Amino acid sequence: MSTFGHIRYVLGENPVTLGAAILFAAYLSMAVFGPAISPYDPLASDTMRALQAPGWHHWFGTDQLGRDILSRVIVAARVDIGIALASVALVFAAGGLAGLAAGFFGGWVDAVVGRIADTIMAFPLFILAMGIVAALGNTIPNIVLATAIINFPLYARVARAETLTRREAGFVDAARLSGHRDGALLLTQVLPNIMPIMVVQMSLTMGYAILNAAGLSFIGLGVRPPTAEWGIMVAEGASLIVSGEWWIALFPGATLMLAVFCFNLLGDGLRDIVDPRRRT
Amino acid sequence: MTDVLRVEDLSVAFHTRGGVVRALDRVGFAVEAGQTMALVGESGSGKSVTAYAIMGLLEAAGRITGGRAFLGDTDLVATPAAAMARIRGKRIAMIFQNPRAALNPIRGVGKQIADVLLRHGGATRSNAWDRAIDALRAVGIPDPSRRAKAYPFELSGGMCQRVMIAIAVAARPELLIADEPTTGLDVTTQAVVMDLIGEMARDTGMATILITHDLALAAERAGRIAVMHAGHMVEEADTASLLAGPRHPYTARLIAATPTAAGSLESLQSVPGGLPDLRSASIPHCRYAARCERSVPGCDAVLAMRPVADRHAVACWNPL
Amino acid sequence: MRAVLFRLAGALPTLCGVVLVTFLLTRVLPGDTATYFAGPTASAESIAQIKASLGLDLPLYEQFWRYIIALVHGDLGMSLTTGQPVRMELLNRLPASAELTLCALFLAIGIAVPLGVLAAVRQGSWIDHLCRIVATAGVSLPVFFTGLLLIYVFYFLLGWLPAPLGRLDAFAMAPHAVTGFYLIDTLLGGDVETFRAAAAQIVLPAGTLALFALAPIARITRASMLAVLGSEFIRTARASGLSSGTVVLTYALRNALLPVVTVLGMVFSFLLGANVLVEKVFAWPGIGSYAVEALIASDYAPVQGFVLTMAVLYVLLNLGIDLLNRAIDPRARRGA
Repeated sequence: MSTFGHIRYVLGENPVTLGAAILFAAYLSMAVFGPAISPYDPLASDTMRALQAPGWHHWFGTDQLGRDILSRVIVAARVDIGIALASVALVFAAGGLAGLAAGFFGGWVDAVVGRIADTIMAFPLFILAMGIVAALGNTIPNIVLATAIINFPLYARVARAETLTRREAGFVDAARLSGHRDGALLLTQVLPNIMPIMVVQMSLTMGYAILNAAGLSFIGLGVRPPTAEWGIMVAEGASLIVSGEWWIALFPGATLMLAVFCFNLLGDGLRDIVDPRRRT
Repeated sequence: MTDVLRVEDLSVAFHTRGGVVRALDRVGFAVEAGQTMALVGESGSGKSVTAYAIMGLLEAAGRITGGRAFLGDTDLVATPAAAMARIRGKRIAMIFQNPRAALNPIRGVGKQIADVLLRHGGATRSNAWDRAIDALRAVGIPDPSRRAKAYPFELSGGMCQRVMIAIAVAARPELLIADEPTTGLDVTTQAVVMDLIGEMARDTGMATILITHDLALAAERAGRIAVMHAGHMVEEADTASLLAGPRHPYTARLIAATPTAAGSLESLQSVPGGLPDLRSASIPHCRYAARCERSVPGCDAVLAMRPVADRHAVACWNPL
Repeated sequence: MRAVLFRLAGALPTLCGVVLVTFLLTRVLPGDTATYFAGPTASAESIAQIKASLGLDLPLYEQFWRYIIALVHGDLGMSLTTGQPVRMELLNRLPASAELTLCALFLAIGIAVPLGVLAAVRQGSWIDHLCRIVATAGVSLPVFFTGLLLIYVFYFLLGWLPAPLGRLDAFAMAPHAVTGFYLIDTLLGGDVETFRAAAAQIVLPAGTLALFALAPIARITRASMLAVLGSEFIRTARASGLSSGTVVLTYALRNALLPVVTVLGMVFSFLLGANVLVEKVFAWPGIGSYAVEALIASDYAPVQGFVLTMAVLYVLLNLGIDLLNRAIDPRARRGA
């Protein structure tokens, strides 16, 4: 079956994946057009309108400073999805190449990459991310970096395992015999072959990356107020929920949850397309 | 001679994505007390499905769509699942190919035998272990009290098959179904295992159904042979008369393809054509007709097993 | 016993890596600790003095050497904000975190394993669908958000549970510490009233954590149970007429638990991280909330001590999982 036919088959069999893809598109457009489509200025406070419950003027209500929560939720998409995409792209490049090299060259390269991955894996990952952000400083690039680092072992291992499989399949040897150099081989023969599985890996870890970034912001690391970000917004609503003002935390939290859910479903769906054997 | 097992018009269908596969169609045969009967045929002919249907072990997609299977007076097809669990292992037992995989990898073999003894063999918690050791001794395992503590991965394939036999005969069943019991074992072990099965059958008076694709093995071990093809029974006779005078063209092909000393149907490329698609709505009445060099215009009529000689039946419109 | 020692030795390089990373992390903290500690009005000399007293003016390798020496003596330094030794504060707060995490783990296993087993045994039934939804939705839950939702429903709307303010409400007396686990200590002291109070406090945070942890456990239980139920030895067990209880529990489940035990390592990684967030949401006085407070104050010793403690705990937990695996699987036992 052609790839396209297979994708259509999987989507037809699995409308959930289709739904997730549509939702993903919605989130992406929120991230791209956020400031343009938000009804209010996300930072404009108006104490006269503080803590208004969801209503006609403010669909998601307002927070304690009178800022429109809907606008803040929309604008925050760019921050959260941006962090997740950047960190996943970073670890895709770094972890993917490291795993590729480890699998291809073996020997000490493999040993070093394995040692680094093992050391990272020896930490509970969120706690390591906390430590990294605390050490490097409370900035968005550092959240991106920390999220990338804790995902490094996963990518390196997948890339290594896939590379080993290709190597054992023998066509690398065939290419080498016909006079290709190692570096060229790696990039022209092996890399394209491990791409699909790595892309699946990316979509599977996107959700985790967002969760991680929002969690760090929630405890006060990384993104700082008054920037609109889902984790911070939940933190801002946390103290109000015990007195019944549920909307301040609910809408950003639910948006975050749905985004993660959407990425996870999409990842599962992509895996079914790329690697039908692992369907569960 | 009384029949231990009498199977009548047994039909099984599998519901798959590609459609309903009519894997067995009105299969009938009988096994006499103390007798060894062989079910032979190519892979996909329905031998194992027949056994699983009788045992009530068909996978979820499989359904018995008709027929009966009498074990003594009990119709196994009509017996509810819970009652079947009390019959399996007690009155009718089964051993499988690939004995290592067929045993629980993380439970000691002695315990696995004791489980069956506790369930069916009237053993008590206090004597189950000793009786399991006795059972191991009975199947010729040396140093049974030590081996009882071993795990399957610590035993050879032949040893594991002995353990399987010990489990199967633990409750002295009336009937043992041996599904390709020597597949995956080396040649010398094969003979030993078959000898052991024969010995256990003789000692306890149980009947045996030997399922095999190896006609030579069937000829050597069984008193009676039933030949299956594409979910149909095509010929059933005592071994000697079947070998001397096969009436079904497929049986004749099998015999011709089997080297006299020892051999297997795997070398059976000489039977032309393949099995018909059992999913189609219009499967021909004779499922062999498309491969058959003796097919005649009358072959598309409704077909059933009919006697052609004493204790010899065949399902063919143009028998040899 | 030899196996335990062997594994411990195997974990040593990992532990060294952990110590090195923890050290490096906190020594590159940009928030200048000395400046912070000296206060905004401090002169350059007093800052230098504080630096010297903390050893921050020494070369990095010298600092590392001192750090190792101190570690060997069990010294994790002083917290600058509270003025207390970090080791003592961590030890005081560890039982709270451990009680929460263990409650969550047992709750998660207690729900997820039966759910996964039932889903596999009744494949395609409503419970199977429920299991798949739980498995996908569960990993998507931001714990800090689900915790708040649960507080809103069970505290604010229904009023069934007390306010999310730590391990006991203000009127209850903490039990005499034996294990440090309130749920156990109250029972040891025969104080049923306080036990109820402590249990009411822990239900929501433990439930929040469990909700998060049960997804991977349920998923792997279902998958491995399905694989085992389709295996040849289960067919043998059925053919021997063993009761369905024996087949599913004694034969299938014990085999299916092997991958589940392996995945517990990952679950612990999640749990310990999520623990920090949940402690913050529920004002739980454990080591997670301690670390969060220190982080915001750029107080490096508690953070270092916390990350190190968690990493060491995690290494030990993985060791325990390894041993559990060997206890279940004879092949692992006799193989190595």
